[in-house]
Amino acid sequence: MDLTFTGEQLAFRDELRAWLRDNPPGERPPGGDEDAVFAWQRDWQRRLHEGGWAGVHWPAEFGGRGASLTETAIFFEELGRARAPLPANVLGLLLGGPTLMVWGTDEQKERYLPPILSAEEIWCQGFSEPDAGSDLASLKTRAVRDGDGWVVTGQKVWTSAAQYAKWCMLVARTDPDAAKHKGLTYFLMGMEQDAVQVRPLKQITGGAEFNELFIEEARIPDANVVGGVGNGWKVALTTLMNERAGLAFFLQVRLRQQLDGLFEAAASSGALDDPRVADTLGDLHVRTEVLRLMAWRGLSAIETYGQPGPEGSLGKWLWSETNQLLVQAAADIVGAEALTAGTPWAYELLRARGNSIEGGTTEILKNIVAERVMGLPRAGRA
Amino acid sequence: MRFHLSDDQREIQRTARDLLADRSPFARVREHAEAGRYDEALWRELCELGWPGIAVAEEHGGQGMGAVELAVILEELGYACAVTPLLGSALAAGAIAAAGSDDQRERWLPGLASGELRGALGAAGQLVPDAAGADVVVVVDPVARTATLQDGGAVEPVEAIDPTRRYGLVAAGGEPLPGDAGAAIDRALVAIAADLVGVSARAVEMTVAYVKERRQFGVPVGSFQAVQHRAAQMLLDTEGGRAVTLYAAWTADAEPAALPMAAAMAKAWTSERGRDVTASAIQLHGGIGFTWEADVHWLFKRAQLGAALLGGGGAHRARVAALQAGRAELTAA
Repeated sequence: MDLTFTGEQLAFRDELRAWLRDNPPGERPPGGDEDAVFAWQRDWQRRLHEGGWAGVHWPAEFGGRGASLTETAIFFEELGRARAPLPANVLGLLLGGPTLMVWGTDEQKERYLPPILSAEEIWCQGFSEPDAGSDLASLKTRAVRDGDGWVVTGQKVWTSAAQYAKWCMLVARTDPDAAKHKGLTYFLMGMEQDAVQVRPLKQITGGAEFNELFIEEARIPDANVVGGVGNGWKVALTTLMNERAGLAFFLQVRLRQQLDGLFEAAASSGALDDPRVADTLGDLHVRTEVLRLMAWRGLSAIETYGQPGPEGSLGKWLWSETNQLLVQAAADIVGAEALTAGTPWAYELLRARGNSIEGGTTEILKNIVAERVMGLPRAGRA
Repeated sequence: MRFHLSDDQREIQRTARDLLADRSPFARVREHAEAGRYDEALWRELCELGWPGIAVAEEHGGQGMGAVELAVILEELGYACAVTPLLGSALAAGAIAAAGSDDQRERWLPGLASGELRGALGAAGQLVPDAAGADVVVVVDPVARTATLQDGGAVEPVEAIDPTRRYGLVAAGGEPLPGDAGAAIDRALVAIAADLVGVSARAVEMTVAYVKERRQFGVPVGSFQAVQHRAAQMLLDTEGGRAVTLYAAWTADAEPAALPMAAAMAKAWTSERGRDVTASAIQLHGGIGFTWEADVHWLFKRAQLGAALLGGGGAHRARVAALQAGRAELTAA
């Protein structure tokens, strides 16, 4: 047990902190204006890129900083601490790029990786469909071979940044006769074609962070198949596994900041004198700290033993549950303001309901924990 | 950054796990728990190995190791549900080492470290583990954060629902420990949390084994999602407890300024969730889980007493909130 950073890691953190001091991210544009928020994030990523921080976890050969797992965790914690947004191209940086590094051809890596880093080309993810959520492999979007390319028809949903994206990581069915996990292929679909229509999906917050994609005979050249025809499930899993690594540290810091705000609100209003409020806030503090500690312990498992411990599968579940409890507590502690439309707490109260659904529902995560971590027999599937 | 045991610490863990698996299987736990007696043969062996004094300084006859090593041992004793007075002696020794005068240390530590003397630690009016039969009892006031020493003769023995330890009641008063009693209490909280983590880990392991084996409706009950989800919750509760307890044990020696908060968090989490995990173990064992014959009830009972010792989830959440808000006056008992 040694929970201190090495001199090298401290130097990395100090360099980053100094850079963040000199390059403050600025204020988040007021809620509701998705375009303004995205422009802010895009500008932020460009500055990160100029400073050499955009691809902090990417290997140097792909233009990254080649940071270790620990340094990457430090990076996301510091980003959160500086109240910076996630970079605009977070899907490309965390999912698309790393997937190409594993499965892409040399040409694909050379063509696509640099503009991901610079935020010149934004990426979105076309996995979920109206009838394929948790059961992703049942997706129906079809890709049919046509000459030296593919013609794609179908519908995708929960596609964030689609209105700004040039490329979509698309999983489509290329062999309707194969078993459901086997007939899928992973494509890079160009978004700038009329056959792809993007419609904002108004969510319970009233805003539209996500979109629906209506794809009607969109064309994808053969060169944009990633990882081989029929191999889409495997390639997509690489992406899904990348999704949670760095984000955990960022989200954990944001939770901390929200909780600090709630403590301040409770102290100044006198609500903290109510033992029930103190109990709730004490519980939230313990949960938030346990989440932070489990994130570090999960990372330490990989660095110490070369394989993830159980923490990786538990973190997202604990985070979403804690964030939901936190915003619900805010409704009690802050009172009327937290229930007034347009206030930050009201937004968080509504937005948090998505936490236990996006990126794997809590119910599915519990199944995964039970079956893959604890080794229980598979639950019945129709 | 290494949030895992060192190779030496793992060696201690492995040795403890193997030894207790051999010497203290549930058949032995049951035999001694039912007789209301400590497993004296096991206790003698643990004393020969120096376990009671693992975190006592070498100058006082201990092994000179730290709070992490003590936590490792206590987690294993909790996992085995071992019927020994080690927790009480280790808690008393830890408190006397942290807050005792030179005279008090010299008088008590060598005997507690060797196992010649037995100790206990707890609060007045609460059930104090290993107090019945102890030579010395450290009586702490978790709210005022003070501690006193009492002769074991004043203990009023009580038969608690947890028969893996001999409990007793003590009154306030005695010879004050002049040093930092707060640190002594915090170290004790971490040690108790470690026992609770071990108890929880065993509950998880036994439950997983059972629900894989037990068949109803033609399939293992562990394939039912309602069962799976409760089992997954047990794992989250246990792993979270292990992370925060190891962290707290590490701060005790490496970052004492962080210990008060870390200890309160560890005790808050493991008290609440240790009870939940062991209750879930009974539930997921179904009817057999409610019988005396199935061994899960020892775990539930041990968790109940451990959770209550020096304050449970509610008391420590209040303290966490107070520490975080910088307002010690909010601390409830």
